[in-house]
Amino acid sequence: MTLRSAADPQYQKPLTRLIDRAAGPLDLAGYEAEGGFLALKKAVREMDPAGVQAAVKDAGLRGRGGAGFPTGVKWSLIPMGPDAGEKYLVCNADEMEPGTFKDRLLMEQVPHQLIEAMATAAFAIQATRGYIFLRGEYVVAADRLNQALAEARAKHYIGQNILGTPWSFELFVHTGAGRYICGEETALINSLEGRRANPRAKPPFPQIAGLWGRPTIVNNVETLSNVPHIVMNGGDWYKALNQGKSKDAGTKLYGCSGPANKNGIWELPFGTTARELLEVHAGGMRGGKKLKAWLPGGASTDFLTPDHLDLAMDFDTIAKAGSRMGTGLITVVNEDQSMVSAVRNLEEFFARESCGWCTPCRDGLPWSVKILRAFEAGQGTQADLEVLAKLTRWLGPGKTFCAHAPGAMEPLQSALKYFRHEFEAGLAKAPAEAGLAKPAQAA
Amino acid sequence: MSDTIVKLADLVKPAEPFVLSDEERHEIEHELHHYPDSRAASIEALKIVQKHRGWVCDEAIPVIAQAIGISAADLEGVATFYSLIFRRPVGRNVIKVCDSISCHLTGYEDLRDAFIKQLGIRFGQTTADQRFTLLPICCLGACDRGATVMINDDLHGPVEPADVAKLLEAYA
Ligand SMILES: Cc1cc2nc3c(=O)[nH]c(=O)nc-3n(C[C@H](O)[C@H](O)[C@H](O)COP(=O)(O)O)c2cc1C
Ligand code: SF4
Ligand code: FES
Repeated sequence: MTLRSAADPQYQKPLTRLIDRAAGPLDLAGYEAEGGFLALKKAVREMDPAGVQAAVKDAGLRGRGGAGFPTGVKWSLIPMGPDAGEKYLVCNADEMEPGTFKDRLLMEQVPHQLIEAMATAAFAIQATRGYIFLRGEYVVAADRLNQALAEARAKHYIGQNILGTPWSFELFVHTGAGRYICGEETALINSLEGRRANPRAKPPFPQIAGLWGRPTIVNNVETLSNVPHIVMNGGDWYKALNQGKSKDAGTKLYGCSGPANKNGIWELPFGTTARELLEVHAGGMRGGKKLKAWLPGGASTDFLTPDHLDLAMDFDTIAKAGSRMGTGLITVVNEDQSMVSAVRNLEEFFARESCGWCTPCRDGLPWSVKILRAFEAGQGTQADLEVLAKLTRWLGPGKTFCAHAPGAMEPLQSALKYFRHEFEAGLAKAPAEAGLAKPAQAA
Repeated sequence: MSDTIVKLADLVKPAEPFVLSDEERHEIEHELHHYPDSRAASIEALKIVQKHRGWVCDEAIPVIAQAIGISAADLEGVATFYSLIFRRPVGRNVIKVCDSISCHLTGYEDLRDAFIKQLGIRFGQTTADQRFTLLPICCLGACDRGATVMINDDLHGPVEPADVAKLLEAYA
C-alpha cells in the first residue's frame, strides 16, 4: 500500500490523520515518512499548474473560512501565463470568529501539512511569494510553523528553485496584533501591508488587484490543507469522503463548544448532522440540561433551534434553514441561558470589533448593545423592539462596506424570530403594574 | 510668578529622547527582509519595541517610523488601530479574559468577577504593584476549553473562579 493512498482506511480523515496530540507535531522526517510532500513533488514533477487547478475544481472543494466559495473557481480568476507577473498566495489564519477553533489545531499539530498545501497551491497559481496571516495570540502555532518552515526551506520545498525546477516560492509567517476585522480578506491585505485594517472596496477583487496591487489568492487554513490530498488521490476520491451525506465534497472539521459534555473538534464526512455532533461526539448537553438554541458556525451565523438538529451540516442545507454554516463549529445554548444576554454578548463583540469605517456599523452596533442592555434590565420599550428589528435591516447585506455588520445582525434577527417572547419579557412594566401611580393625564 | 513660569517650562521640556536599542533595531531590520515594501513591517516593529519595553510610548513612534521609512502619522494610525499594541504602560503580566460567546456560555462573567475581586482592579487597569494588567479579549480560539484566559503567552482553560488565586501565583 502506497503512502497517502486512497486504499488506506485511515485516509478517511486526511486532514487530521497525522494528529497525535500527546506526541505533538511530526517533524519533517516524520511527515515525509507518512507520505508528506509527495503531493508537492507530484504537482511540480508530474503535473502543470492548470492540472492542479483542474484537480481542485473537479474535487468541488469549497472555502472553509465561512463563505463556502468554490476554491477552484476563485483560483481560475487569477491571471496566468508568462506575462502575469508577481502573484501572491495568502493563508487566512486569523481565526477570530467566536466559537471557532479549528485552524489552530491544524497549525499546531500538522504545520508541515499547511506548508506543503501552500507550496502546492502556490504552484497551481504560480505565486512567487506567500504569507500565513496568523493572529497574534497564536504563539504556539507561530513557533511550530516557523520551525517547520525552516525545515522545509532546508530541503528546498520552499525557496529558490523548488525541487530543482525554475519555479521559486518564498513563504513567511506574518503575525497580527488583534482586531477581528483582519480576517476579512481585503482588510487582511491592508493589515499585511502595514495599514489600518479597514476593508477595501470590491471590485477589483484580490485575484486581480490584491496585496501590493498584485493578483492575490486568500484562502483559509482548512481550505488549503485539503489541497495536497486532492492532488494525491483525485477528485472522485475526495468527493466520496462525504459518504453521500451531502452535495458538498470531502470532510469537514466540525466542533462543539458551550455547555456540552465533551467539547472538541472532529473531522467527519461533510453533511454530518448537528445532532450527531452534539449527541454522539460531544456527549450531549452538560448536566442533562435541555438544548435551547445553537449557532451552526460562529458568532456571525443565525441561531437555529433543537428542531433543526437533524439537518446536514453543509452550506446549502443550513442556508435553506435560514442560517449559514459559517465555520461549521457549533455553539450550544442551554435552557437556563437568557437569549437576550447571549445576543447582547454577541453584539458587544461586534460593536467593539467594528473597524469604524462606515456609519451604520460604527454607530448601529453600539446602539443595539444599548437597547439589549435595557431589555436585560427589564427597561425595554416597544419602540426599542422596533429599532432592533429595523437595525437588522439597516445593517443588513448591501447596507455597509463589508460583511461584518450583516454578520452581526444574523444572531440578532434569528433571536428575534425564535425567542421574541424573551425580548418582550424585558419590556418595562406599565407604571400601574410596577406599582407606581399613573402620571396625571394632561388636560 | 517666576516660579510658575519655571514649572510650565518644565512641563513643555522635551521628554528623554527615545532611542532604539541595537537589538530592537537589528530585529526590525530583519523583519524588513520579509516584505517587498517596508511599510508591511510596521506592526511587527511595534511588537518588537513592545516586547522589549512592555508598551509603545508616544516618543517611540517617530523613531520607529523612521526606521521603517514611513511617516510618524501613518505609524500612529496603525499603532492606535490594533488592540494588542499597548499605548499605556502595562503591568509585568497581562491577563486577557476571553469575553466571547462560548466562554460567556461557560462562566465568563463569574470568572471576570473573580479576577476583579482578586486583583482589586477593573478592566484596563494595572495593580499598584505593577504586577498585573487586566484586559478583556475576543475569542482565543480555544472555545472547547471555556472559560479561557491568556496570561502573557500562556493559554489557560477551563478556568473556574475558584482557580484564580492559585493561577496567579505562577506570575511574579
Ligand atoms: C468580518 C469578517 C471576518 C472574517 N474572518 C475570517 C477569519 O478569521 N478566517 C478566515 O479564514 N476567513 C475569515 N473571513 C472570510 C474571509 O473574508 C474570506 O472569505 C476567506 O478567507 C476566504 O477563504 P476561503 O475561500 O478559503 O474560505 C472573514 C470575513 C469577514 C467579513
Ligand atoms: S461594516 Fe463595519 S467592519 Fe465593515 S467596513 Fe463598515 S465599519 Fe468596518
Ligand atoms: S469564545 Fe472564548 S475562546 Fe472562543
